Amino acid sequence: MNRKLLAALAALALSTGASAQELKIGFLAPMTGIFAQIGKDMENGFQMYLDEQKGNFAGAKVTFIVEDEEGKPPVSVRKAEKLARQDQVQMMVGGLLASTGYAIAPVSTRLKTVYIPSVPAADDLTQRDLAQYPYMVRTGWTSSQPHHPLGRWACDNGYTRVVAIAADYAFGHEVVGGFQKVFEDCGGRIVQKIWPPLGTKDFGPYIPTIKQDADAIFSLMVGPMALQFPKQLAEAGIKKPIIGGGTSYDEFVLPSMGDEVLGHVSALQYSAALDTPKNREFVRKYREKYGKVPSYYSESNYTTAQMIHEVMKQTKGKWPGPEKFISLMVSLKLDAVRGPVRFDEMRNPIQNIYIKKVEKKKMFGYEKDELWNSVIQTYPDVSQFWTYGKDAFLKQPVYSRDFPPCKYCN
Amino acid sequence: MNRIYILLGVLGIVALLAPFAGPFVILLLAHVLVLGIVAMSVDLLLGYTGLPSLGQAAYLGVGAYLTAILATKFGFGLGWDFWLVVMLGMAAGAATAAFFGLFAIRASGVYFLMITLALGMCVWGLAYRWNSLTGGDNGINMRGRPVFAGMRLADDLTFFYLVLGFFIASFFALHLLVSSPFGKSLVGIRERELRMRILGYNTWLHKYIAFVIAGAFGGLAGVLWAHLNGIVSPSDVLLPASVDVLLMVVLGGPGTLVGGLLGAGVVVFLREYLATLVQWWQYVLGAVYVLTILYLPGGIMGLFKGGKA
Repeated sequence: MNRKLLAALAALALSTGASAQELKIGFLAPMTGIFAQIGKDMENGFQMYLDEQKGNFAGAKVTFIVEDEEGKPPVSVRKAEKLARQDQVQMMVGGLLASTGYAIAPVSTRLKTVYIPSVPAADDLTQRDLAQYPYMVRTGWTSSQPHHPLGRWACDNGYTRVVAIAADYAFGHEVVGGFQKVFEDCGGRIVQKIWPPLGTKDFGPYIPTIKQDADAIFSLMVGPMALQFPKQLAEAGIKKPIIGGGTSYDEFVLPSMGDEVLGHVSALQYSAALDTPKNREFVRKYREKYGKVPSYYSESNYTTAQMIHEVMKQTKGKWPGPEKFISLMVSLKLDAVRGPVRFDEMRNPIQNIYIKKVEKKKMFGYEKDELWNSVIQTYPDVSQFWTYGKDAFLKQPVYSRDFPPCKYCN
Repeated sequence: MNRIYILLGVLGIVALLAPFAGPFVILLLAHVLVLGIVAMSVDLLLGYTGLPSLGQAAYLGVGAYLTAILATKFGFGLGWDFWLVVMLGMAAGAATAAFFGLFAIRASGVYFLMITLALGMCVWGLAYRWNSLTGGDNGINMRGRPVFAGMRLADDLTFFYLVLGFFIASFFALHLLVSSPFGKSLVGIRERELRMRILGYNTWLHKYIAFVIAGAFGGLAGVLWAHLNGIVSPSDVLLPASVDVLLMVVLGGPGTLVGGLLGAGVVVFLREYLATLVQWWQYVLGAVYVLTILYLPGGIMGLFKGGKA
């Protein structure tokens, strides 16, 4: 009888011990399919921060559950439901594609679970559709955010006639739209838009149609497209300067590229070549651990983990509930790896945007000559609305294939 | 037929146990049933008529997009009118199949496979490129499931029972069809089309009708699919979705109707449930496919048939 009682007491002690303070984080990233490697970069970033903190956020033991969203919206819905209902996570982090972000956000509303899109960049998540998603805060970027300053930069550097060639889907439309809007407002002209389908490998049909009198090409490529396009452009003998959307030259594709991309310019909220002590340390540690240079996918998720930790510090490791968590999160001001980050009133980061140029050099004491995205100009504290102001910006429709209209295309 | 009693018994047990299952498992069960309807419609073509269709996701997509567009753009189909949407979804699936059938039924064997594949990709192309209507690659998010007669379908268990009802109704409808003289003529076409033609059957018309009926059930599954996921996206209509359904039928056993449900069950639970437990679920699924094709040419149902052919 005594033994039974003791056993029961022991079990009780164990169960209360385990439930003390726990934070369950569900992580959605593609682990199979064509985006699997990007998914790995995402997970690595988050995992690295967790390991640095030994899985403990201000007293809360973190349970980190990774689910494979396969890069497909319906699958990500299913996995999000699994995380929220079966595992009863307090928050879901991740998703890769803009379409996945759109798919997971309603689940977060329905099940009152926090959702942090650390990578999905669909503009409207934190713009025109924000009111539908009260439990969501974005830690990454909007598609057009880095490309507004890039448009300004193009004006300042004397470009006047630019041809845009971009992957034909919502993300491509928003990237080109952001660039075009600012570029044309400061006097530039987009003279042609070419939309190859997502996943195009042979640009033979598109390259010859590029207008000869343009003085630069704006390209937005994703994944393997990013590798093929500059190569085929060089083979066709086109020597126009190239300005690229963020993912055309991010550190995920850069190591696989050749010398043909030297001098190409792009914009993003992070560059692995950012010469700050914080980033130098981050690159060194990441490279030691995973054997490659961190991409913005890694940085974004590393920083997301850090932000969650900061909130948990304020609550001393106690889960504050979804509403309170969101309000604490958006009031954060963080000195992150990518630079200073704070949030605007629509729960999207205000952050530095770096204009970067591909250069071959030695960096951070590594011995070999490698391709790096050297930062050539920094636009500090860029919000998703650029200089237009929230209200004026939200009055226009979301950027699409037909907006802004191509006024100078003929 | 013994098989039917066994099926009803199993479904009855599942229905009784469902309230005690975890919320994620209920969701997966509903998945199995919806895919089971599509698989049965493929079985009507593959198993009974001998037409391997690689484009069945197209009809599912038509039904699903119709449901999502009506619900989000017109607020239609979220109350009693849900039943109208079910009819419309079936009609849309059937109409699409009636149009595609004009091209596809001319061919047979591998050529039929290729044509249905191509037609299926046309639907995908529409879904992906017609941004203003379909939302392009972002798809369409739905705002909630229908409510009628005091039933809130937003509750997953209620929705599961509704899907179960639709599955059983579809099963009996299709079972009646394949046991009818028309169904027998389809089997005749599968076995030897030339002989059927010599006997005076208009084999083209018979195949065409079977194709249209399969499309209608695809459309029905699409309506349920849209409400099940709460999102419709071009990846629902993509080739792998069609291949999956075909594999479910082959796995379960073609020409049995029940096999489709079994195949759907095995695939969905291996893929969705096992994937949440282990990283190497793909090897298990692959092994199951290979072993089935090597040792069970009649699919899982072949196990129960014993010596009979």
